[in-house]
Amino acid sequence: MPDVMKLAPQDNVAVALRPLRAGEAVTLDGASLTVDRDVAVGHKVAACDIAPGATITKYNCPIGIATQAIAAGEYVHTHNVKSGYLPTYTLT
Amino acid sequence: MNLSGYARADGRKGIRNVLVVAYLVECAHHVAREIVAPFRDQGVHLIGFPGCYPNAYAVAMMEKLCTHPNVGGVLLVSLGCEGFDKRRLARTIEASGRPVRTLGIQQTGGTRSTIAAGREWVSATLPQLRAQPAVPMRVDELTVGTICGGSDATSGLTANPAMGVAFDLLVAEGARTIFEETGELIGMEHLMAARAKTGPLGDELKRTVAKAAEYYATLGYASFAPGNADGGLTTIEEKSLGAYAKSGQSRIDGIVKPGIEPPASGLYLLDVVPDGEVRFGFPNINDNAEIAELIACGSHVILFSTGRGSVVGSAIAPVIKVCANPDTYRRMQDDMDVDAGRILEGRATLDDVGREIYDLIARVGNGEATRSEELGHQEFILTYKSFEPLGPACLPV
Repeated sequence: MPDVMKLAPQDNVAVALRPLRAGEAVTLDGASLTVDRDVAVGHKVAACDIAPGATITKYNCPIGIATQAIAAGEYVHTHNVKSGYLPTYTLT
Repeated sequence: MNLSGYARADGRKGIRNVLVVAYLVECAHHVAREIVAPFRDQGVHLIGFPGCYPNAYAVAMMEKLCTHPNVGGVLLVSLGCEGFDKRRLARTIEASGRPVRTLGIQQTGGTRSTIAAGREWVSATLPQLRAQPAVPMRVDELTVGTICGGSDATSGLTANPAMGVAFDLLVAEGARTIFEETGELIGMEHLMAARAKTGPLGDELKRTVAKAAEYYATLGYASFAPGNADGGLTTIEEKSLGAYAKSGQSRIDGIVKPGIEPPASGLYLLDVVPDGEVRFGFPNINDNAEIAELIACGSHVILFSTGRGSVVGSAIAPVIKVCANPDTYRRMQDDMDVDAGRILEGRATLDDVGREIYDLIARVGNGEATRSEELGHQEFILTYKSFEPLGPACLPV
């Protein structure tokens, strides 16, 4: 079993298939990515460097817009991505 | 798939023979609940509508639910002065060939005497239902609804696509299948339209999602709970991607609204978002509001996927819980019927789990109890909504 996987080859995020630890190196498409923080199963890490304003794609479908530069291996979630439709409501 | 059903006068068949006790205003809720209490493990289910003001949607929902093929008889509990048209509802149930009785609390003499009269009617009616013989039922007489609740990022990876596999198997055999929650299909409109039976239906599919996006934008929230984000879903469109996988790969044959049954076999979208200006608040205030609508569209059984771990069942129709997340499954095994998280750990394929869900539907359709049924879950909620009739392109022949 791989540690992370992209759901479509074009995606710029990959999904964790097991809990990942901060600083851990994982292999994706033959390259090594260093995860910047703990990542739970099913959560996302950047598969490549992502520019601010770029579209995030999963299953080759747009799932949001990067609100800041995201480095390969960095955790991708509500702190650096916003919806193209309706804001995400979270408890702080 | 060979099922075992109860024949109804309208030609449909049910996979359960439930006696429903329905309160027609919140003021009658306690009395109705007390009537049910001694029979709660005997297939007597409580439903109701809390409002005192009239509402065409609520009347249509109650009529469809009280004459649902899984229902064998109905006791209506009225306070006496509420706005609900109890006579019309009782006439509809009577015309369907089911035993029905209306008790007015004010007329019957209050709480104690109405509870006693209600229990007496239920005691006298249950043996009739039990004596009804089961008849063979085919898969093309079965309607299956699907919903996801307590979703996390594993829902769209395991349980939802596995339920989609089961849906494809059911559609191929002639079942009616319904997926729903247009607010959780935001971003999927173009993909859905490409699967529509006709071009105009594709346009209608896009319109239903646009309506949902506008409705939720007015309310200021997407159909997205904080737990969805804790579970790794970042945006509504990411949640939608996972939710959409429940529909499988089959052609989309039409759009229905709450209380409208799919006219033929195939795959249908249930448009749950009200029409017109935003009037009564959120389209569906929780998962059970959606389940009640799927049942009112004729669903005999509900496939419910969960990642975070929902425990709900429903009145009237059994709910099959498909757990997406392997950690959740290990923690809440008693509540789950299917462990789809095995896919994530490489212990099963999507097709394996899809087939397992299909096989379980066959067993539940032959009387096997689901986990939520065993645990006594019979959640039910119905609130105010308003809909316009279906557009002409929604059900292409």
